[in-house]
Amino acid sequence: MSETPMTGRARPDRTPHSLAEWRAEAGYEAVERALKLTPAQVLDRVDQANLNGRGGAGFPAAQKWKFMADPAEAPGTGPNYLIVNGDEMEPGAFKDRFLLEALPHQVIEGAIITAYATHATVAYVLIRDEYRPGIAAMKRAIAEAEAAGLLGRDILGSGFSLTMKVKPSAGRYIVGEETALIESLEGKRAVPRKRPPFPAQSGLFGRPTTVNNVETISLVPHILANGPQWFRALSRTEEGGTKLYAVSGRVNKPGLIEAPMGTTARELIERSGGLSGNGKLRCFQPGGGASGFLEEAELDLPLDFGHCKTAGSMFGTGTMIVLDQTACPIGVLARHQRFYARESCGWCTPCRDGLPWVARILDALEEGTAEPGDLEILRMTAAEAGPRGRSFCDLMGGAMAPLATGLARFGDLFEAHLDGGCPIRRGVL
Amino acid sequence: MSLPEPLAEDIRAAMDSFGGARPAMLESLRLIQHAEGWVSDARLAEVAELLGVTPAELDNLATFYSMIFRRPVGETVILLCDGASCWLNGADAVRDAVMARLGIGFGETTGDGKYTLINCACLGGCDHAPAAAVGRDRRLVGPLAPEDLAPLLEAAP
Repeated sequence: MSETPMTGRARPDRTPHSLAEWRAEAGYEAVERALKLTPAQVLDRVDQANLNGRGGAGFPAAQKWKFMADPAEAPGTGPNYLIVNGDEMEPGAFKDRFLLEALPHQVIEGAIITAYATHATVAYVLIRDEYRPGIAAMKRAIAEAEAAGLLGRDILGSGFSLTMKVKPSAGRYIVGEETALIESLEGKRAVPRKRPPFPAQSGLFGRPTTVNNVETISLVPHILANGPQWFRALSRTEEGGTKLYAVSGRVNKPGLIEAPMGTTARELIERSGGLSGNGKLRCFQPGGGASGFLEEAELDLPLDFGHCKTAGSMFGTGTMIVLDQTACPIGVLARHQRFYARESCGWCTPCRDGLPWVARILDALEEGTAEPGDLEILRMTAAEAGPRGRSFCDLMGGAMAPLATGLARFGDLFEAHLDGGCPIRRGVL
Repeated sequence: MSLPEPLAEDIRAAMDSFGGARPAMLESLRLIQHAEGWVSDARLAEVAELLGVTPAELDNLATFYSMIFRRPVGETVILLCDGASCWLNGADAVRDAVMARLGIGFGETTGDGKYTLINCACLGGCDHAPAAAVGRDRRLVGPLAPEDLAPLLEAAP
């Protein structure tokens, strides 16, 4: 039993396994095990394993699954659905790309087990269009699994049936938001839905639907194969399992690292070849573009959902962006906010109008054309438009988190930008 | 020119697979674009007719999803990442070099119809920063340096 169960079988060049090769490496044993249990027993094991969703919000996977009604008891007719979310586009995130490309049969195994526990009989894997190798790998693996009776009707004689389909997307970050993703699958513009009802009550085509991230799904088979106690013991904190961390930005060897949940930024940066630039840390975002900045003092913080939240940030996708002393956090914020402004679906006013305003001010700060009152606008927007509940989804709130922490932690640096542009670029700081 | 039969077949298959005409709309646009590089007004109307939806409804979708092109693009589309991790690793210099070499900005196509340059984040290539996705198969390339561009652009399909 490996310390890197999720990625241990992956090949360095990311060539995916054929079904025969995957089965030779204990592939689909977890599915065999799961289908001998009842759906409720499978759900219990995942519950005991403390698996938190890896897509960003960190909601306990089993809790989400528990809301799924038996299709016979849901009003109307039709199946329950499972959606595997592979619309990875968060700045700094490149983990799902790897899992889809290199380990497609692991995704299928996780999808079968999750669908079984949630009474779903149709599963979609939505993958962003740019991930062509991942789309091809998943399609090939699904065809192999269907031919071998591992997907389709009466899987392994269990009586459980599952149809699995790949649906490529076509751009727009907001598609990764779970209710926007459902709208997209229905053939609409990806505008998030108001909740309630939650997808488990009324999701795709009005049916009970679970949406889980690719990484969450990829972890599920290991819980069934080795047990919830083992899975929890993989972690250094209360949150179960390993995490596929990513480190990018100012490090010498950016890349993916599967490590125990609760691994520190210090260790991850070391394992990424140390800091580049001048070798001295300025700050880092632990969970992608929408996570608040942390600094030197938080280098030994165990990185998981709970600890990051307590520290005033967010674990998000668990994909770090690292800045050394020669990198400007305001420049990073400017790129992030331009991205979020561009990707807003445009439905809610604070997001549609606020984000371009913020992005323009950050650009002006960088160029040296900003005015003192501009900082007040940034503070006001972060405070007024950031909190949850001001818009349908969390795009605006997420975008404001690094801005708010940036203003709080680097106030002097913001002020210094008013005097002729980025002081780091001008070499005066 | 009417919709080629293989494309029409693929679109009908998408309707069967994804639960009817509306859930197959985006996939239909994608199929057209994979075959022809972009989605023309004529094709949009033909696909709408095949699906049994209005052209307006289909265009409503096409104009929302940023990777569906409603204008002609060059033979080689370059998606250049303008995200933070790429910026931290020198993406601005790469961007300036690409623009200087091709003589175009973001969202533009070269006069000879060979290249279209589009900014895009995040490409999921932060471990190859600065990164780009090049050509019809969206091949991920990086880490890029300004001096790598000549061979890269010449080798592009």
